[in-house]
Amino acid sequence: MTIDWINFTPGEALLGGGLIGLAAGLYFLLHGQIMGASGILGRFLAAGYEREAKTGWDMRLVFLLGVIAGPIAYLGISGELPDARFIASDTRLLLAGLIVGIGTAIGSGCTSGHGICGLARLSPRSITAVLTFMVTGFISTFLLNHM
Amino acid sequence: MRILSIFICGLIFGLGLAISGMLNPSKVSAFLDLAGAWDPSLAFVMGGGLMVNLVFFHFLKRPSPYFAESFALPSLTRLDKPLLIGAALFGIGWALGGLCPGPAIASLAYGTFDALFFFIAMAAGLIIGSKAKGWL
Repeated sequence: MTIDWINFTPGEALLGGGLIGLAAGLYFLLHGQIMGASGILGRFLAAGYEREAKTGWDMRLVFLLGVIAGPIAYLGISGELPDARFIASDTRLLLAGLIVGIGTAIGSGCTSGHGICGLARLSPRSITAVLTFMVTGFISTFLLNHM
Repeated sequence: MRILSIFICGLIFGLGLAISGMLNPSKVSAFLDLAGAWDPSLAFVMGGGLMVNLVFFHFLKRPSPYFAESFALPSLTRLDKPLLIGAALFGIGWALGGLCPGPAIASLAYGTFDALFFFIAMAAGLIIGSKAKGWL
């Protein structure tokens, strides 16, 4: 195993992660719910076709707009948007988006809901989900980059 | 107050994602590439988030939340097929595209075609997945 020391940014990662944890903690304390990105977006979209998802759709929209405002706040503070180099385009990107959406809907959560919140709650379902998506993520990357 | 507080939660989340490097698909890919030039940074995102969140969930918890009548936590504790299949699929998609749902939402701020394209595909996936969940 070789570590890419040049691109290693533990300070930014810890600070950013700490803020994500703070957001999730506040969300929980103020609103009593799990701050999961896939769940909040999924329920927001479901308001279009499911009656019971209509309750609270406006709050979900406000939350989503806040998330989009995040990188803009970063731009205001540092003068530029954070680096974002895409690794895939067109067909692969389409497939990736579809699979991420389907997977997190079926699996009831993603890196925020199962990862940050579920692990903090010591939920056995979330611990299993995180281990599962990390392993398939590592294996898929190995297949993509080294086979 | 309630609306403002929920916006601020979203804002802190989005800002944290921006600072952490999670919005950069090539950094996510380097984190998942154990056999290549491995960039372990994103493990620190999970570590930092978990430490802060543990404090909230275990030490700052109150009898009820400020803006709701009660805490609404997932009640399921059993491991089931949808959880495992869904999480396995999510890992594959994350590796293919380099974005998970939170960053996919925050990336709309860039206004680029790739970000919008991924977001729309993911939104379609969420709708398909929520329908498909019933069949599993």
